[in-house]
Amino acid sequence: MSLKFSKGALSSAAMLAVGALVLSGCVQSQRDNTSSSSGSADSSVNSTFVFAASSDPKSLDPAYASDGESFRISRQIFEGLVGVKQGSADPEPLLAESWTASEDGMTYDFKLKTGVKFQDGTEFNAEAVCFNFDRWYNFKGLQQAESVGYYYASLFKGYADKPANAVYKSCEATSDSEAKVTLAKPFAGFIAALSLPAFAMQSPKALEEFKADEVTGTAESPVLSEYAKGHPVGTGPFKFDSWSPGQEINLSANPDYWGEKGQIEKIIFRVIDEPTARRQALEAGTIDGYDLVSPSDTQSLKDAGFNIVAREPFTILYLGINQTVKELKDLKVRQAIAYAIDKDALIKQTLPEGTKKAIEFIPEVVNGYTEDVEKYDYDPEKAKQLLAEAGYPDGFTVKFNYPTGVSRPYMPTPEQVFTNISAQLEEVGIKVSAQPNKWSPDYLDRIQSSEDHGIHLLGWTGDYNDTDNFVGVFFGREKPEFGFKDADLFEKLDEAREEPKLEAQTPLYEAINKQVSELVPAVPLAHPAPSLAFAERVESYPSSPVNDESFNLIKLTK
Amino acid sequence: MLKVIGKRIALLIPTLVGLSILLFLWVRSLPGGPATALLGDKATPDAVARINEAYGFNKPLIEQYFTYIGKMLSGDFGTSLQTNRPVLEEFATRFPATLELTVVALIFAIGIGIPLGYWAATHVNKWQDNFSVFLSLFGVVIPVFFLAFILKWIFAIKIPLFPTDGRQNPRIDATHVTDFYVLDGILTAEWDAAWDAIMHLILPGIALGTIPLAIIVRITRASVLEVQNADFVRTAKAKGLTPGLIRNRFVLRNAMLPVSTTIGLQTGLLISGAVLTETVFAFNGIGRFLRDAIFNLDYPVLQGFIIFIAILYSMINLLVDISYGFIDPRVRVQ
Repeated sequence: MSLKFSKGALSSAAMLAVGALVLSGCVQSQRDNTSSSSGSADSSVNSTFVFAASSDPKSLDPAYASDGESFRISRQIFEGLVGVKQGSADPEPLLAESWTASEDGMTYDFKLKTGVKFQDGTEFNAEAVCFNFDRWYNFKGLQQAESVGYYYASLFKGYADKPANAVYKSCEATSDSEAKVTLAKPFAGFIAALSLPAFAMQSPKALEEFKADEVTGTAESPVLSEYAKGHPVGTGPFKFDSWSPGQEINLSANPDYWGEKGQIEKIIFRVIDEPTARRQALEAGTIDGYDLVSPSDTQSLKDAGFNIVAREPFTILYLGINQTVKELKDLKVRQAIAYAIDKDALIKQTLPEGTKKAIEFIPEVVNGYTEDVEKYDYDPEKAKQLLAEAGYPDGFTVKFNYPTGVSRPYMPTPEQVFTNISAQLEEVGIKVSAQPNKWSPDYLDRIQSSEDHGIHLLGWTGDYNDTDNFVGVFFGREKPEFGFKDADLFEKLDEAREEPKLEAQTPLYEAINKQVSELVPAVPLAHPAPSLAFAERVESYPSSPVNDESFNLIKLTK
Repeated sequence: MLKVIGKRIALLIPTLVGLSILLFLWVRSLPGGPATALLGDKATPDAVARINEAYGFNKPLIEQYFTYIGKMLSGDFGTSLQTNRPVLEEFATRFPATLELTVVALIFAIGIGIPLGYWAATHVNKWQDNFSVFLSLFGVVIPVFFLAFILKWIFAIKIPLFPTDGRQNPRIDATHVTDFYVLDGILTAEWDAAWDAIMHLILPGIALGTIPLAIIVRITRASVLEVQNADFVRTAKAKGLTPGLIRNRFVLRNAMLPVSTTIGLQTGLLISGAVLTETVFAFNGIGRFLRDAIFNLDYPVLQGFIIFIAILYSMINLLVDISYGFIDPRVRVQ
């Protein structure tokens, strides 16, 4: 054997890159040709919709999920008894036609839609409803871990084998289309909570066939069931086709869907973890849209003809204060911090368009919102005065923790928010020592499970319209995050949560919000509006403050 | 030749055993032990105890080591902490992507590197030589991720000749048989899918292949220069053989020995270069997966990856040795 090089081979090799460049002209046109799919719903538009996800879903079984990417996919495949009124955070009937609650808030009679089928052809009926409720209630071992069944654990509190604190008691199929759910304790947020994808109705047949309850591994690293990895079956407008981890998830239109089918025949969720790469993919036309657009990109994308959709803010960004730090234990110091922050400037300089200023820890549309709270309007002189009164006329130094390498719906650019607030605090004499931590795996751990932090940035996106889902989550019990213990406040929050009547709840929550604003356990900063960006052909997108966005309602023009 | 191959494979065994011991000790020496690596440094003693029990970290070291080896031999490399899927399955689904990318990078590096190096050597100290030397210097100094960004910015965004990211246009309905997308396109005669996969490989392939290209140019140039002045070439010229024959049979063939060694070494390095390239191009190979594993201290993945690379390196070295046998018959006799 010998190696031979002819002159021709040499020159052609040298032309390799050039040749590839020239030939590449063809691919663009080819791409365009192949993309016109054989959509049966509406042949005038390209019925394949490509959306960039920032990561893989954690689980295809929504009962085992709590992350946004899992829920985005769940919302296409599954539906719950309760849905959300389009464009709002308020619950409305979905698979249930209606419901009635008993006077004491302990039993709920659901009247179900008839003629609805799961994607595997089995019928959706009262028995399926009870099957799902009983499944959650009978979760065992790892299924009960917060890392697996987070929402059931945190909202329904107990299981069949530990019924002491359980909120759920039983479910009975009184007829084919009527289910009666009995609670063990009143839970005013029950109906609203059912609008969470975690409580979506799943096909009993598929759950059994693909062993949905077989979760192995450890709580820290659970290995999910076959069902959760590749066989989700619901009643939603799209059905699951395939999942190539790290790459894409494919769904296709459910031909037997009972509701509006829409224009889209096929959805591809592409996993693109880099925010810049998502923007570039949209610009290059390989995707039709993506979520959590960086505030610095919105204007340039708009100028380039892309459609930017801002969600109605259902978020809260706050500056947390850790009272185990000596200086921060002093109420005057906390008030000084609140007065030192110019929220308007912060919003203008670092947060997306549509962001609203926060005066308390719930958005305006949530029950119990009141203007009657201590507002701490920007007043640096007052801040200095309070600091002097507290014994710090020359200020003091405090640790300021903030996350890096992350973009959250309530905080697209943490580093910018940190810089902005630091400068404002230094104006009144509070010097900060910067404590940057990587979001994963360090930041949350440090803030929520250790005392080793000072003031810090964090926030929340509401899951459903319930006050407890905001204020209760933050201040309902003693937490290392804030380092204070206020039995009176904890008790009031418990009491409000268990109040079965919404009207009776309102004054309770108003009082709580007032009390919280006086205690300053944290400074509410803003309700940032998360934005999505879409290709020109996307005429409208059903944006929802609680991300309840079904792709069958997307309107395309070509 | 068979003897050479047998010997090399036999040598691989002690290497892997040594490596497995090092890896085993590495995981055990993580600050706070493997349980803390899993749970973070704020883990409660309860949780640590649970993990130690579940993973057997509380058993004697020797017993742990043999359990670990036993599992590895049966193909059980543990479960990824990021994705909760078996490490081996994760590699299997991602490796075809990286291999495809590596092959394109190699074709680019060898296809241009060897002719360019030869061209420089035969025009020593002329502009052709200076040009090649400059180009190879440029290739070595420019960081891979920077080049990847620049290539993407120019040829995918400003002049949209190539796709910006991924392995295939998601709108193309391609059938996947082997997970090697180009091959799949050819096997199923879906030519548009194959072509689209090729287009997705070119920019990352160039970014990844640039460093090996630069090195191959330099080694080829040096090696050809040396062989050109060897006695047997002078003799061949004196005997009046044609320049083409001299070039192919005498110069290139003998100059290829160090070049093939270099190519072997560079192939191994390409996998680590893929970490950056795959990240920039959102390319779903093991490179990008490894990056996430490093960030999240996903030690089952890192462990599996190191073993995997060791085996790969050994295989490549073996191939290089075999190629020596073809290039230089004297090696076959040894």
